[in-house]
Parts: sequence; C-alpha cells; structure tokens
Amino acid sequence: MSRPEHQAPPEIVYGGDEAAKYTGNSRIAAIQAEMAARAVELLNLPEGYPGYILDVGCGSGLSGEVLEEEGHVWVGFDIAPAMLEVALEQEATGDLFLQDAGQGMAFRPGTFDGCISISVLQWLCNADKTSHHPKARLTRFFSTLYSSLRRGARAIFQFYPENDDQVQLIMGCAVRCGFEGGLVVDYPNSKKAKKFYLCLFAGQEVNGVKQQLPAALGEDEEGEPNETGVQYTSKKRNDSRIRSNKRKPSKDKNWVLKKKEQLRAKGDKTASDSKFTARKRRPKF
Amino acid sequence: MRLITHNMLQCHVKGCNANNFPLELQEVVLEQEEAELNEDFLRNMLGKIEYEALVATCLKLDINDLPAAMPADAAYNDEFLQILHRVILETHIKSGKMVCPNCQHIYAIRDGIPNMLLAEHEV
Ligand SMILES: C[S@@+](CC[C@H](N)C(=O)[O-])C[C@H]1O[C@@H](n2cnc3c(N)ncnc32)[C@H](O)[C@@H]1O
Ligand SMILES: [Zn+2]
Repeated sequence: MSRPEHQAPPEIVYGGDEAAKYTGNSRIAAIQAEMAARAVELLNLPEGYPGYILDVGCGSGLSGEVLEEEGHVWVGFDIAPAMLEVALEQEATGDLFLQDAGQGMAFRPGTFDGCISISVLQWLCNADKTSHHPKARLTRFFSTLYSSLRRGARAIFQFYPENDDQVQLIMGCAVRCGFEGGLVVDYPNSKKAKKFYLCLFAGQEVNGVKQQLPAALGEDEEGEPNETGVQYTSKKRNDSRIRSNKRKPSKDKNWVLKKKEQLRAKGDKTASDSKFTARKRRPKF
Repeated sequence: MRLITHNMLQCHVKGCNANNFPLELQEVVLEQEEAELNEDFLRNMLGKIEYEALVATCLKLDINDLPAAMPADAAYNDEFLQILHRVILETHIKSGKMVCPNCQHIYAIRDGIPNMLLAEHEV
C-alpha cells in the first residue's frame, strides 16, 4: 500500500468526499481517538488542569474531541478545507484555522500549555511544490511552535515515519529549534499496535524538575497486545457512560433538523442547517 | 473563533515582527454561544491574556462589559470571571477579517475559520 503522503498534497488526499469518509469510518475514528488519548496522557499535565492546547493537523476534530473530553480548551489548524468543513458539521468545540504547518504559526509566545498532533508529521517531510524544502518547512514549524508553547510545555506527535532518515531529519530540526525530548515507541514488538510518539519539551519546567522521556507501553511484550485493546492509565478513557452522559439539550439537533425538514416539506421558510443549528444562543451584548 | 484565541494571534508574515499585534478586526459578524463556565481555565489564562489589547478590541466591537483594567483580585473575583468568560469564551467571530496593524496583511474569516495561509513570498 503506498503512503498517502506520496499520492497527492494533503488538501487533495483529504479533499471532497474523502474528508467525510475518513471521519465516518468508525474504525479510523476509534484508532485516532485512542492515539489522541495516549498523546494527551504523554502531555503530562497536572491532574485536573484545564489547559489551552494546540492540535496540529486537527482534521475533522477526532483528536480534538478527546481533548474536550479531558477538559481542555483546544485550538486546531489544518491545511485541508474539506476536513475543516467536516469539523464544523461535527460541531467541533475547538477554534479552527486554515493553515499550513510548514508556514509556521501565528501565536504569541507562551500561548499553549501543550500541543498534540495525530498522524500528521510525516506529511511535512514531503515537497508538494517546487518551493517546498522539507527541512526549511520543518524548521519554520518547530521554531514557531517552540515559541508558542509556555516554557516546560510538551508537544506530542504521533506519526508514521517512513524510515530512519525521516526520524533523524525531524528530530534534528526540532532540537535545533530548542526542543528536548525523543521518540517513544509503544508496543515495539507488535505489528498492529506499534506506534511512534515524538515527545518534545519546550525547555525545562520552571520548578527545576528535569523532564524525562516517558516510558513506552508494552516494551516487554511479545507480539500483539491482548484483545481488550491498548491500556491507558488515564481514567476517563473507554468509559462510555461518561461519553453518553454529556448534557443533551431537550430539543437536540436531530429534533430540530427533523422539524425543519417537516417545515420545508410543507413549503415553510426555515434557516439553512449549519453548525449553529439548535445551539443555545444569547442576544449580542 | 472565540475572542480568547484572537487575543493570542499575531501576524506571521515573513519579516513582520514588530507592532504586529493585535490583528484589527473589521466587518465582523459575532455570535454568542453558551459555554460551561470553567474558573480554573480562566485563572490559567489570566497571565497569558494581553488585557489592554482585549479591552481595546472589545470596545471596537461595541462590547463594553470589561473593566478598563484587570482587577487586582481577578483570579477570585467571581463577577469579573463571569464577564471575562462571556466575552472571551462565548463570543465567536463568525466572519470578517483581521488586518495586521504593521504590514496590512488581511486574514479573512469565513464560517468562523480564519485563513492563515500565506503567499509564497510571505513565508
Ligand atoms: C490522517 S489525518 C489526521 C487528522 C486528525 N489529526 C485525526 O487524528 O483524525 C492527517 C491530517 O493532516 C493534515 N495535514 C497534512 N499536512 C498538513 C500541513 N502541512 N499543515 C496542516 N495540516 C496538514 C491533513 O490535511 C489531514 O487532515
Ligand atoms: Zn504583518
């Protein structure tokens, strides 16, 4: 199977119908959520601390949903308009931007308490245009990311490196931009569960405790992890009750959409459906 | 985009390094959307907010609720935190543009999403 980043630029690969297909695929959604949860765990934020978190290559918001469930406020950007459109349809709670990671970021110094990025970084090693130089793009990305993080904050990238050279290229650029850290490989002996997490520290914590590279999962295990799936220490994970207990408006979106459909069928005028349909609003000040 | 996030943005055009904050909001359409109050989050953000810029931005949008200066006891001033919450976390910019005060670059906002893409010569 050829790697998606070799097929076409990301805004094409994740363009049009692909964005909706990607997001609607429950297997993909589950895997992305699982990796996002592991990334959030690796951020190592204090228990119960509601952070302001950046999601690089947020796509349709699958990873953002995990941030939201963990009580964080998130900001995400993606280069593919179609993915962002799906994020809007899904009522993603984060602030979204149309942005190319390789062009760097526009956030003030010290803005974020952490950054996660799920299945994106390998894209930055590509040259999709003649003006693209992977090393320059990675450097611009990491240097602006470094400054946008508060000192001691972490950036966790789950990614699919193509080969060792790519890992060296990425780590070299990150280190030259001031980051410390390294690569954590979960379930290194498993074909399916093996996952790469680049863990970067934007400097050391102010309180002087030196940051250590987190331990990988399943390092001593042979072969595949057991069937119950990959285990995380984070308590909120996999608790479907929490998910379903989320406050639901009495007349939820589906109710409103159905009602509007009925009205339209009768020929009544009704507002077009959008992200804001059935959301509570308050008058402007 | 919520106003909190606008307060964190500066221009990122190549070479535009001074006087590039805050991006000036023009022709914006706002919408209020209720969100759960999270005092801990607000406390966490107090030190990051450029308060003067926030107040100035709000005044231009006819949002006059914020006190001119951040109260000294802001972190535990319930009334202030509630106003702050409403302004920075419940006020969304749905459309309009952001203009850099230095290089005049225009970042368009559509469907609540700012377009931060740069032309090749701006990178
Ligand atoms: C496999 S998807 C992952 C999306 C999301 N993080 C998730 O877990 O579902 C990869 C995403 O990376 C985005 N991407 C690729 N290159 C990018 C770049 N240079 N800047 C921003 N986003 C990029 C793509 O548009 C796509 O949405
Ligand atoms: Zn500028």
